[in-house]
Amino acid sequence: MQELLIEAGHVERNYWRDLWRYRELFYFLSWRDILVRYKQTVLGVAWALIQPFLTMVIFTIVFGRIAKLPSGGAPYPIFVFSALLPWQFFARSFSEGAASLVTNTNLISKVYFPRLIVPAASVMVGLVDFLISFGLLAVLMAWYGYWPGARMLALLILVPAAIFTSIGPGLWIAALNVKYRDVRYLVPFIVQLGLYISPVGFSSDMVPPQWRLVYSLNPMVGLIDGFRWAIVGRTTLYLPGILLSLAVSVTFLAFGIWYFRKTERSFADVI
Amino acid sequence: MQVIKAEGLGKRYTIRHQSREAYATLRDTVAAALKKGGSEAASSRSHGDTYSSEFWALRDVSFEVEKGDVVGVVGRNGAGKSTLLKILSRITEPTAGTVRLRGRIASLLEVGTGFHPELTGRENIFLNGAILGMSHAEIRSKFDEIVAFAEVEQFLDTPVKRYSSGMYVRLAFAVAANLEPEILIVDEVLAVGDAQFQRKCLGKMREVSRQEGRTVLFVSHSMASVRALCSRGMWLDAGRIRLSGSPSDVIAAYLDSSVSVSEGTIALEEIRRPPGQGDRLIIQRVTLNDGAPVLHGEPLRLAIEYHLRHASKAVAFGVGFSSLEGVRLMSIDSDLSEERRDFEQGHYGIVEAQIQTLNLQPGRYALDVAARSGDNGGLDYLQSCVWIDVLPGPRTPAVIIREGGGVREPAAWEWRSR
Repeated sequence: MQELLIEAGHVERNYWRDLWRYRELFYFLSWRDILVRYKQTVLGVAWALIQPFLTMVIFTIVFGRIAKLPSGGAPYPIFVFSALLPWQFFARSFSEGAASLVTNTNLISKVYFPRLIVPAASVMVGLVDFLISFGLLAVLMAWYGYWPGARMLALLILVPAAIFTSIGPGLWIAALNVKYRDVRYLVPFIVQLGLYISPVGFSSDMVPPQWRLVYSLNPMVGLIDGFRWAIVGRTTLYLPGILLSLAVSVTFLAFGIWYFRKTERSFADVI
Repeated sequence: MQVIKAEGLGKRYTIRHQSREAYATLRDTVAAALKKGGSEAASSRSHGDTYSSEFWALRDVSFEVEKGDVVGVVGRNGAGKSTLLKILSRITEPTAGTVRLRGRIASLLEVGTGFHPELTGRENIFLNGAILGMSHAEIRSKFDEIVAFAEVEQFLDTPVKRYSSGMYVRLAFAVAANLEPEILIVDEVLAVGDAQFQRKCLGKMREVSRQEGRTVLFVSHSMASVRALCSRGMWLDAGRIRLSGSPSDVIAAYLDSSVSVSEGTIALEEIRRPPGQGDRLIIQRVTLNDGAPVLHGEPLRLAIEYHLRHASKAVAFGVGFSSLEGVRLMSIDSDLSEERRDFEQGHYGIVEAQIQTLNLQPGRYALDVAARSGDNGGLDYLQSCVWIDVLPGPRTPAVIIREGGGVREPAAWEWRSR
């Protein structure tokens, strides 16, 4: 028979095992968020298409036509879209993750489960939007007759990397948001600023070489470069930058989990 | 066999007093840290000295529960009942002490936790089941039973936002009733739903404990359901166990405790509220008959003193008299007389009401006091915060003193031959 000991400071003894036991709740919460998202917006799936499409059109006009920035010979729309994929995924997952605990207050104060499930499940909504956008990219590539190479296989590693890059800071902000309710005002600001300092509309080759490594401290830089390399090709990978970005996002993830676990025990008391 | 063993359980909360915001803000915390010259890290403790105090919601609680026991936990608001259930369900952790639990636990602290209004009844059954800890396979095998119990067959594919509140509660309870934990922890959920459904739920709970040997821990304000369901009673008072024993002994002792019977002014400010209550508006005092005894057959005057912590619109007040078993017998609400007022932040006010003749039979009642904003926004709510004795008045007929009779209303009578 299952025995459980509850003790001050030791409640989380079975945490990782519990996380596995509650995996079905994770599926259900993701499923709920996805269902609700596509039920509530009238445009539903269309919205997930229109948003990246219009952003792509505007970026192509502003950066490709007006500023005439180089894209390494690839059609500018594909060049922009390959970066919009990871960026929009990050923006959505990070925002949803950051708000997730507070929007699920009733669950947190009334039921026990490993709290990590809530922000993790909300990231999955971003993943569905990502898949829809990916379909749009496929159409775009077919239109331009731009066939992907075997490099596309790198996405199998890059997509999980994008998930972890979004979860790390998301966890941290979500936990902080439980205690300090004004943190949520920072989130749109971070997302907006992030778009400008990440190489979405332009190539990171534009950054002067001596600054390239510093630039890669932004974990989205390595990720976007990776996506662009896999989808567009025609660029060479700047390996030190990729590795640095990866290291930063692993650090964020470790810190996010650590902070979340540290504060998680008091969530029900303060939320 | 012992399934629950709690030793020296304690829970300490830090309450923030009089602070303007309900929640800490990063801005304030950072500002406070900067003021200290950055010498100390920003922690809530640093400005906690001026704003907050500590209080033990639960202290030195030790008890044991045997397999198959149905334990009814009674006590006044703020006695620590909900805190105890939250610790046992692992929602919050104790500050002191240990609990050993043997067996699969499920807790039902609220009906329909996680129900989403946009999702259909079918979808919500699966979602709610998962939240309560059932596996997908388990929910599927119980699905028909749940639907039959809730009596919502025709509405399975309708979003629950279109359900009546009765249907909503039935569906939510049906999911929970089909949980099969070895230990079930239940908080006051039977208070919702209509009487017929309540009986059905009580029946289900009794069946579960008697036939399947499951252990149930059950908090209720309704002495009737504690008496009907429980094999043991536990009375919590101010965070400690006051008495534990047979349900009838515990209920009798609890109902007899005269500590809270009040005449005169009843101070309510320090009583702990459920989260969210008392944040915007706090009811500070209630006075009945200017402190004179409450008499049957005589006028009843009521004064409620309150303080606005935030500006609030369309504020209405109400009081209710319930039997000690938890059945509401009489209510007086200002909004029923279209009396609502808008208030500025910081306003201190008093509202008075009078009824011409109090027809509630002499006896002891639990007083509920509430403030609402608009049609549904609860501002402050104190359930059975104090016990009131209604005494026989000079005009009370002997028959009422002798035999009661509930609320005896004078009426206009007319006699005719036909």
